[in-house]
Amino acid sequence: MAASLPSFSRFALLALAFALGAFLQAQGLLPAMASYRGDVVYLVRGHMVLAAVSGALAIAIGIPIGILLTRERYRVLGATLAQVVNLGTTIPTLAILALAMTVFGLGAPSAIFGLTALTLLPIVLNTAAGLRAVPRHLVEAARGMGMRPGQILLQVELPNALYVILAGIRTALAIDVGTVPLAFLIGGGGLGELIFTGIDLNEPAMLLAGAIPTALLAVLVDWLVGLAQYALVPRGVNPLR
Amino acid sequence: MIRLERLTKSFGATVAVDHVDMEVPAGEVCVLLGPSGCGKTTTMKMINRLIAPTSGKILIDGRDTAGQDDVTLRRSIGYVIQQIGLFPNKTIEDNICVVPDLLGWDRRRSRARAGELLSLVNLEPATFLKRYPKELSGGQQQRVGVVRALAADPPVLLMDEPFGAIDPINREVIQDEFMKLQAALKKTVVFVSHDIDEAVKMASRIAIFRDGRLIQYAKPDDVLAHPVDSFVADFVGADRTLKRLRLVKVADAMMSEPPRVTAEDTLERAVALMEEHGHVSIVMVGPRGRARGVVRLDLARGRRGTVGENHEPLPGIVAVTDDLRKAVAMMFQHDQTWLACVDDEGFYKGYITQRGITHLLGATYGKS
Ligand SMILES: Nc1ncnc2c1ncn2[C@@H]1O[C@H](COP(=O)(O)OP(=O)(O)OP(=O)(O)O)[C@@H](O)[C@H]1O
Ligand SMILES: [Mg+2]
Repeated sequence: MAASLPSFSRFALLALAFALGAFLQAQGLLPAMASYRGDVVYLVRGHMVLAAVSGALAIAIGIPIGILLTRERYRVLGATLAQVVNLGTTIPTLAILALAMTVFGLGAPSAIFGLTALTLLPIVLNTAAGLRAVPRHLVEAARGMGMRPGQILLQVELPNALYVILAGIRTALAIDVGTVPLAFLIGGGGLGELIFTGIDLNEPAMLLAGAIPTALLAVLVDWLVGLAQYALVPRGVNPLR
Repeated sequence: MIRLERLTKSFGATVAVDHVDMEVPAGEVCVLLGPSGCGKTTTMKMINRLIAPTSGKILIDGRDTAGQDDVTLRRSIGYVIQQIGLFPNKTIEDNICVVPDLLGWDRRRSRARAGELLSLVNLEPATFLKRYPKELSGGQQQRVGVVRALAADPPVLLMDEPFGAIDPINREVIQDEFMKLQAALKKTVVFVSHDIDEAVKMASRIAIFRDGRLIQYAKPDDVLAHPVDSFVADFVGADRTLKRLRLVKVADAMMSEPPRVTAEDTLERAVALMEEHGHVSIVMVGPRGRARGVVRLDLARGRRGTVGENHEPLPGIVAVTDDLRKAVAMMFQHDQTWLACVDDEGFYKGYITQRGITHLLGATYGKS
């Protein structure tokens, strides 16, 4: 099961790519798209930098916040933070980007800020949910055997929550990569340039030259984090093996 | 040695533990017994300071635990919980070595010890050390839970209903294994249970709690023979006298140095011996003293011949190391009023009678 799933999805992906290729060829779009190759290579790099920086920031900020939310002594603070985070999920992506722009102005910093804020939410929520799902008696056993709070977190809580935490990161990064095109609207760069210009100029080949790499990047990131999930989560608590 | 002095814990208005005074001598198993909510777990968790007492003191080997660092204290006390609490992310080996690792023991030494400990509870180290908890049965996990508490060789062991989640048959097996370990290791054990049978089996002393108060603290036989009030009497059950049968070994209840005959003896001699002792039967032994058969007075009287030609098989035999419960069961099963008692090698050591057992159990009641 665990082994057959990736190979099945890979097969499906290949089939889809083939169908898409056939369609594009029939429309005569493939040669037109190829003419944007130079732009695509350049923009993919910018796209990846935006996604990587905002993703890394979101992980670096989101996991500690998730941990904080579940600490006994920050219970009150935790509840408030959880409210804020939940409120965050209801604000539309474009609104967040627009807000960021009013603070940081046009350019990459606004884009990174907005993307980070957006990516943060699933990471925080899953980290907290994963930690809350660790059975209380495990923590109690650890305490009774003389582990300090930091040791309990590192040796018991995080390893047992890791699968759920990585699932959050997986979702978050896929959303992140898929949202980077919007960064173009506030001057952040990335493949959005081809997509939105393609729309404005009513030029499908240009649009697709931006959209297809974006989709592929999202799939790639999802696959990479899935690998990490398989490799990093201890076998005793890893549903994949 | 563990001493509780006026130990009290209140949660708001509820007094979970109420001025408890008691002392567990080194090397003994003290079972905290009582109905749900009577404060057993709270009392136990105050010993390793998972719960801080409201008032009162706990001394381990004369040292007040309040003055010690909580973490250091806990690492010197083995802890087993009902949910077992093995860490699913760690291998069995790493689970067992949690406290040795916290204490910074040499890795090779602690891993070697993990293997030895596993074999003590009949788990093959080569098979189990590298497994994860989910790859073990409940009973196997519980054994690992016990062994983990022993890993750093702490003098004190706290066990909160450690065998509560196991089916009755396996529970007996694990209890026996634990008692064997305990006989060798002589830890000072505080053991929470709400099962009177388990308490009678494991305890050197039983502490009976009710609503946070210590009602009776005594040896198991005393609790069964002399419950201090009707609450304790009800709790230990109407069949408490039968439960006492488990606590007495055949060797302590039998008549030793019994009369005996050999195959070459004449029936006259057998009859004479029976009449001299007022018995209605006599055991025939082999040349080196193994119990071989029995001669009955009513059949032997007035007849001639040797014992060897006239004996019958023994109707039932118990080992001197068996408990009285088994002896009584065998008497009922074979419809006998007495049984021959033999040692491990089958040598005839004595006999035990229904009347003798009744007398023994009754004697302690006369005392009070
Ligand atoms: N953290 C807590 N907060 C409030 N009340 C508590 C707490 N822990 C225990 N109590 C109360 O203290 C009393 C004793 O609880 P305790 O857990 O010691 O009982 P127990 O004898 O172990 O029972 P059981 O056999 O059900 O495990 C109960 O009335 C319980 O409700
Ligand atoms: Mg309890």
